[in-house]
Amino acid sequence: MNEFGAVLQARGLAKEHGQGQGLVRAVDEVDLDVPAGQMLAVTGPSGCGKSTLLHLLGGLERPSRGEVRLAGRRIDALSERALARLRRRSVGFVFQAFHLVEELSARENVELPVLLAGRSPRAAKKRAAMLLERVGLADRARHLPWELSGGQRQRVAIARAMANEPAVLLADEPTGNLDTAATLDVLRLFEGLRAAGQTLVIVTHDERVAATADRVVSMRDGAFVDDTRLAGHATGGLGEMFGLEY
Amino acid sequence: MQDAVLAMLAKEPSHGYLLRERLRRALGPLGESMNAGQVYVTLTRLEKAGLVASEHAEGLPDRPDRKVYALTPAGQRRVAAWLSEVSWPKPNLAEFHLKLAAAAAGRLADPVELVDAQRRELMRRLGEAQRAVLAEPDGSTAGLLLEGIALRLQADLRWLEACERVWSKVVDESEDA
Repeated sequence: MNEFGAVLQARGLAKEHGQGQGLVRAVDEVDLDVPAGQMLAVTGPSGCGKSTLLHLLGGLERPSRGEVRLAGRRIDALSERALARLRRRSVGFVFQAFHLVEELSARENVELPVLLAGRSPRAAKKRAAMLLERVGLADRARHLPWELSGGQRQRVAIARAMANEPAVLLADEPTGNLDTAATLDVLRLFEGLRAAGQTLVIVTHDERVAATADRVVSMRDGAFVDDTRLAGHATGGLGEMFGLEY
Repeated sequence: MQDAVLAMLAKEPSHGYLLRERLRRALGPLGESMNAGQVYVTLTRLEKAGLVASEHAEGLPDRPDRKVYALTPAGQRRVAAWLSEVSWPKPNLAEFHLKLAAAAAGRLADPVELVDAQRRELMRRLGEAQRAVLAEPDGSTAGLLLEGIALRLQADLRWLEACERVWSKVVDESEDA
């Protein structure tokens, strides 16, 4: 945490690929503060740089320029080893394609990051059982990923992302491969995490996913073009807003 | 709303407050703001139009909430016609489209900024609708109404995105010229 209370902070963050005529500014001098407990959605067309931004924020890629602070600590200049350690302990990732280990059961997938963080098998088992219960999959703990539906796999992935109580949960198109019902399940989970004070950053091109966030930033060509606060701005009740006529 | 009130009387005559309860249940969260007066105003209009008839129980004061309402033959025909018609609400996009065109032509405002302001407003509404969707249990019929609202807002937001894409080019070109 720092003096602004931001869990995640970026200053002048930039990522470039190629050079000369072929230079692509994937992320172009972005400043961002994500306060603790905020659910932030990042939207924009394909290729606008939103996934690259998420990777920079989570230490999966290194910036060309600029700073990233996670829980008050600069992460852009960490050694590979320190960065890997930080990712394991302080960041939870959720991807569009789930990225579960296919040879491991749901429970083992959730246990894995707890073990990698150096905790005992017993602690890992306990934590995994609790998290699978929380995502409504206690009865699927022994199933392998291919035995689960897409929505169930993503819920396992969310449980895994929460394994080490990360400072921030980063999700890249988490509902991109899911049908409407499974999308709603995932959104209900996020809603529950947010209610429990979890900080979340979700990259999505789905307006219905973005609309459940506290705040939405839109990206174009690597830069923010809009920043909207959503929560607490309702004008009248649903009935009034959606015009029932008598 | 008038047609729905009539159709809900088709099975059997009913008190106004029972009708209101059935409407509220069908509407789910959207019906929460509906008050008793609105249903009685509708019933009074329908009675004047000869589509419903009312009688009040003996010995009780002559108030709308004491009356039992029933369909007249004309009301029954109207219900049958309503059920078989396939009309659908028209989205009024032309007005906003013309707002952008007029703003650009008269240099009254930047159409891209108008689109952005509109998008923020629709995002907030979609947030309300979507949160209500998430709060409904699976398989709730009232939730379907919220689902429809959310899908429409999503379509409108996608249209606004297209508006922004094209108008920002038009504005750029006119500035270059």
